[in-house]
Order: sequence, then C-alpha cells, then structure tokens
Amino acid sequence: MEVAEPAADDVLVAIRNLKTYYGLRGSFRQRLIGQEAGSVRAVDDVTLDIRRGEVLGLVGESGSGKTTLGRTLLGLVPATEGSVRFEGEEITGMSERELRRLRRRMQIVFQDPHASLNPAMTIEQSVGHPLEIHGVAKGVSRRRRVAEALETVGLAPAEQFIDKYPSDLSGGQKQRAVIARAIILNPVLLVADEPVSMLDMSVRAKILQLMLNLKHEFGFTYLYITHDLATAKFFCDRIAILYLGRIVEMGPSKAIYEDPKHPYTKALLRAIPEPDPRRSVPRDLPRGEVPDAARPPLGCSFHPRCPVAFEVCGWESRDLRDLLEARWAGMPEEAYEAEQAVLGDLTRLDVSSTSFRLETSAGRSSSDIATLLERIREDDPEEPFWRGVREIRVSDGQVEVELNEPYAPRLLPMSAVQVECNLYDEEALARVEAPTIPGR
Amino acid sequence: MIAAPVVSVRDLRVYYGTLSGTVRAVDSVSLEIGAGEVLGLVGESGCGKSTLGRGILGLLPEGAASDGEVLFGDRNLVGMSDRELRKFRGPDLGLIFQEPMTRLNPLMRIEQHFAETLKQHEPGLKDKEIRRRSLETLGKMGIPPTRFNQYPHEFSGGMRQRIMIALALVLRPKLLIADEPTTSLDVIVEAQILSILADLRRNFGTALLLITHNLGIVAEACDRVAVMYAGQIVEEGNARDVFGEPAHPYTRELLRSTISLDTTELHSIPGAPPNLIEPPTGCRFHPRCPDAMQVCPARFPPEEVLEGRRRVSCWLHTPDERAGPIDRHPLEREELALAEEA
Repeated sequence: MEVAEPAADDVLVAIRNLKTYYGLRGSFRQRLIGQEAGSVRAVDDVTLDIRRGEVLGLVGESGSGKTTLGRTLLGLVPATEGSVRFEGEEITGMSERELRRLRRRMQIVFQDPHASLNPAMTIEQSVGHPLEIHGVAKGVSRRRRVAEALETVGLAPAEQFIDKYPSDLSGGQKQRAVIARAIILNPVLLVADEPVSMLDMSVRAKILQLMLNLKHEFGFTYLYITHDLATAKFFCDRIAILYLGRIVEMGPSKAIYEDPKHPYTKALLRAIPEPDPRRSVPRDLPRGEVPDAARPPLGCSFHPRCPVAFEVCGWESRDLRDLLEARWAGMPEEAYEAEQAVLGDLTRLDVSSTSFRLETSAGRSSSDIATLLERIREDDPEEPFWRGVREIRVSDGQVEVELNEPYAPRLLPMSAVQVECNLYDEEALARVEAPTIPGR
Repeated sequence: MIAAPVVSVRDLRVYYGTLSGTVRAVDSVSLEIGAGEVLGLVGESGCGKSTLGRGILGLLPEGAASDGEVLFGDRNLVGMSDRELRKFRGPDLGLIFQEPMTRLNPLMRIEQHFAETLKQHEPGLKDKEIRRRSLETLGKMGIPPTRFNQYPHEFSGGMRQRIMIALALVLRPKLLIADEPTTSLDVIVEAQILSILADLRRNFGTALLLITHNLGIVAEACDRVAVMYAGQIVEEGNARDVFGEPAHPYTRELLRSTISLDTTELHSIPGAPPNLIEPPTGCRFHPRCPDAMQVCPARFPPEEVLEGRRRVSCWLHTPDERAGPIDRHPLEREELALAEEA
C-alpha cells in the first residue's frame, strides 16, 4: 500500500483486517444435529484509520455493514477476527469492564432520536445518565453539568428543557439532547450513525451545523455513518464506501466526488434525487438490490449489478437465473412458459457454481436448450453475463455451461484514493486475453 | 385549468379533535390532478400532507371531520358513506403506503393477494384472467412470473414496494396516491421505483399524487408540485418553474435548506413549523419568513395566479391595485429564542 502512512499520533483508531461475522441460527433440524448454519459476513476484512480531528464518512446502503463496523469499533459487537486499536489500545477481546473505561472517550449518536431517549426519564436523567454510570457527578453537580451540555447543543435556556420528558420535544430537539448525552463525558470520538436521516430536510442542516460547531469547539473526531452521499459530501473529510461488508472505495471526499472510480460509487452518486429541475430520473441504474449477505456473490460482490463487469468479475450460475427471471418479467405468459419448459427446473442454479449443467426435460433435446440460450444472448448481446461464459458444451441429455474463474478484487491505491475493482487491477485484466469492457 | 381533471379538490378541510384542541391539519386546500399527470406534494413533517392524501380518499381516522369537495367525475367524495366510498377505492382510487412489508399479509402468497384484490372488485373474473392480468402488471414492475406464488418475506424491500404498486395498478385506478413510497428504500432502489412511478402516466395513464418530504424526488418525477405549509398550499405550479424560481419565500427557503451534492454552505429556516391547533394569524409562515411585512401577521394573503398557471399565496405577489392599502414595511421581530428551534 503506497498510501502515505499518517504519523502514529495522528491515528485515533486503527482498524486492521477486521471481520465481524454473525452466526445464523439455522433450522431446528440443523441445530438438532449440530450442523453449522453458516454466517453473515457483516464486516469482511476492513482496514482503515480514523485520524484525530477528522470526519470520516462510512457510506453504504442497508446491509453494507456500516452500522456493524461502527458498533464493532465501540466494542458493542464482538469482532470475529482482526484488530481495532483505539489510542493504541487493542479493543477486540476486551472485557466489558475494560471497555467501560474506554467508553468515556468514545460515544455514539443513534439514528432514531425518538427511540434513543428513555420516555420515562427526564432530559436531566437521560443526558446525565453517563455521568452517573461512570461515577463522575451526581445531584446538584450533575444537574449543573447537564444544563451546560444542553446549552452547548443549543437547548437554551436549559431550564426550559432539563425537567421535560422526551415526548415534549420535537425531533430536532431530541437529537440535540442525544448529542448532549454523547458529549457530556467529553469524549474524543463520536460515532454518529445516521444522525439526521430521520429528521426533516429543514432540520438536518441545523443538526449538522451543530455537529460541525462542536467539532471546532472541542476537537472531536467523527465517524459519520450514513447512506446519504449528499450530506457526507458536505460533512466529511474522507469517505469510505462500503458494499456487502467490504470497502470498495476510500479516499478524500473531494477526490471521490470529483472523480468516482468504482462503478458502485458512480451509481450511488447518479441515483441521488437532486432538487434540480433540469434533471430527470436516471435510467441507467444498476439492476436489483444489495444481495443477501449470507450468500454473497462470487468474486466481486457488486458484479451482478455492475454495468461494466467483465469476464473474471465472478460470474456464476445464480446470475443466469437472475437473467432469465428478468427476461421473463413482462413477457407474455405463453412465451415465458415455453421457455421455462425448455430449461426445466432452475432451482439447481441457486447453488452458486462456475460450472453447471442444464438437463433436458421430457420432449426437449439439449440442442433446444442451446438454441434458446443462443437466442437469449442475441436478444441482448450487451448483457454482461455473457462476458463471463467461457464455453457452452452441448452433449446428449444436457448442456454444460463453463464460466470464467472469478478473480476476487483487491483494494488497490489509485492516485488519491483506494479502489477495490478489477477494472483497475492489471492482474485481473491480464487474466483475460481481450477483456470486453464497455466504454473503455 | 387542466383539460379534464381526474380529481378536483376544492376548499378541503380536515380537522382532528384532540385533548388539547382542534388540529386543523388540512385547511382550505384546492388542487386538481389531470389524467397521466404526476403532482408532487411536499412539505415538512406535520404540515398535513399525509392527511390531505388520506382526506382525498376518505380514509380518515375516527375523530376527524372533513368538509369541502373532492370531486371525482361528478361525484363529491366528501361526506359519502363508507359503503359508497368503498366502490371507488380500488377501481378508481388507489393508495401506496410507505412501509410495504406491513401492508402485505405474511401468510398469503403474492398470487393470493392479487386474486383477493381482483375478486373483491371485479367479481366474476375467471382465474385464468386473474392470472394473466396479475402477471402482466407484475411484469411491468419487473417481478418475474417464477415468483408469483412466493410469500412476501421472500422478496427484498424494493420488490415488495413494486408488488404493492402492482397490487394498486392491477385494478387500473384513475387516481393513485403514493405516500412517501420510497422512504424506507435504499437510494438506488428508490431511483428504480421513481422511474417506475414516472412511467405510470405512459403505461397506465394514471393520475398520481406523490407525497414526499424530499424535494429531489419531486424535481425528478413530477410534472407539477404543490408546496404545503401548516395545512395550506402556499405555492403550486409546474415543477421546473417552481424549483427554478420559487415565488413563495417558504419554497425558496425549503430549497435552500435542502442538502444536495451542490451544497457548499448549510442553510436553515429559523424556528420550527407551528402547531396546527393555534396556527399563527395571517400568513402562517410569517413568524419564520425573512421577507415578512407588516401586513403578513394581520391578514391572510389572497391567492394570486402568476405566469404559467402558478398559484401562490404571499403578499409579495399581490399587486397594489388588488391588495389595496397594505403596509409593506418589513416586520420587526424580536430575536428568536434558541429554544424555539427545531
């Protein structure tokens, strides 16, 4: 990695090859016979630094692992593998007791202000709770500290709020109270998990402005977790884009927004609805949705949705099934039924594989299957899946489809940023004689 | 006037009774939506936009009363009995909700959802025809026929929302009301759903009322936009015109405070939306309006029609000859206490 390593003092949190997996519970039968049900790789080999005083944005859609990553580095979720060092101290494997000592230095602001304050506690009790837990202050001195914190976050005069209950406050006011609670112990790191996404547009700017002011005043470091690239652009010094538990692109905000490299970053930026009347709904969007993290795609996780995926990006049997289903959606019923009869049962395609067979069914020969596949290809020759097909062998009773071996992308440095995409990896490109990459 | 509006709302009022008083959630709203037209309805939470959507459909909770006219063809839906209204819902009026998962029955296959809907509204429809129409509508939403007999939990969030839209469209309603249909979806899926909704006019000729708090969505998917503040529509017109050159100060401030990729400086509207039990006198936006004049708290501004059929209610746009002798001096106000902030 040729990215200049920041001086060690600059790094507040150093995350190295972090993996956080959640075990799946599995079926009753599986549990009965002690079979593993597999796991979800919520965070899958993430390496990044959070530098002192910066705002690092962790951007991704739901299921990208951004929240799990935030929680793992606070010790709220145990890491499966890898290391998280906070001010030089290893956090993974720490006991709850040891963690509690560190939590004075790192706090979290949650997404839903309505759910993060206990409705039965007054603002004084809620905001002052950390003081009590950590034995810092109680009674009169607690009240004084709470009042100070409330005024700091703009809930002034504090007497108007300190004895109220959360239900008396508006959404924006509640989020201010949550921020007051997070800063009352004077932490160095604040993890803000979608702090404004539940708020009205007109209130978001106020809360972000407050967070910026607090940063200037107290020198906080923020980890800003969001799905919203627009607020991240404004708010963050650096950005890491996450997809299915992996960083696909990371670098200074300016570089990422001016010249996004990863096809996923490009798609995210294009999809943001902008209040600009000259724009209209983009049509060239990635298809589908974030796949199931329990069964991630082969190769690059983004390949099934990527418009520029090429030969070695990880094509597999499930992609053919998706292709067929997309084709059949909107086809007249008779036409779809005819094609389905030729191909027979598709459930076998659900087992991810780069080499699979389509067996003939009653009255259909293997050449029928091959002809149909050929026709589907001719109908949409630009479909990226076909780039992954190495060979289709027609024999008696079956058609065998051979796909290219997947090449798992690596996070590589590229001018100002790091990108995990085969398009920019000479080794991946060298796997194919003449890679077909649209627009290149 | 639009050639032949599918629905025309005139002076609609919806009030709720609460323990602390009457909430005037929708207060004298008039609007029209034509066939194949998408009207965006924007405003902050609590401005009454969802209540307006439900008021049009007659889907109001107990304790709410409505008054005014919702003309659908030559019938006024306001004051109609539930029984009569039910005949309109489905074949004429459709609704798409925000949370697709909570609106699909987890114990029913997608196929059963469609069969139930179609049988309810078009009794006598043959099974084969039900299947054909369902698959056709689902196909237009990108749901493959192979998944017709699956259960809701087997679909992703975006697919469930597509199914909900298909379920509303299979009856070919003339008017569809979509209340924050993309709020719980990821940004790419949101854009996918928006392009589906924007295509409705072409594929189905449906009139669509798209309720959202996201101005970006309106700019991308709507022909016209109505901006709602404190239970009233303060500005309405062609979406390009309104966003390009907002006439009402509230529209302008709302656009300025929206954080987009072009944002270089944060901007916000001081204060918070008023409660609708005792809304401010005169123009309801006057306490937060940077352009407020002496007349604003005193009298309610009349509606003016500007170029391009744009409607706006603001004294700034009322010419002297119509306004009469009004005081246009700036309104002096004491500093807003921080506590008033949202």
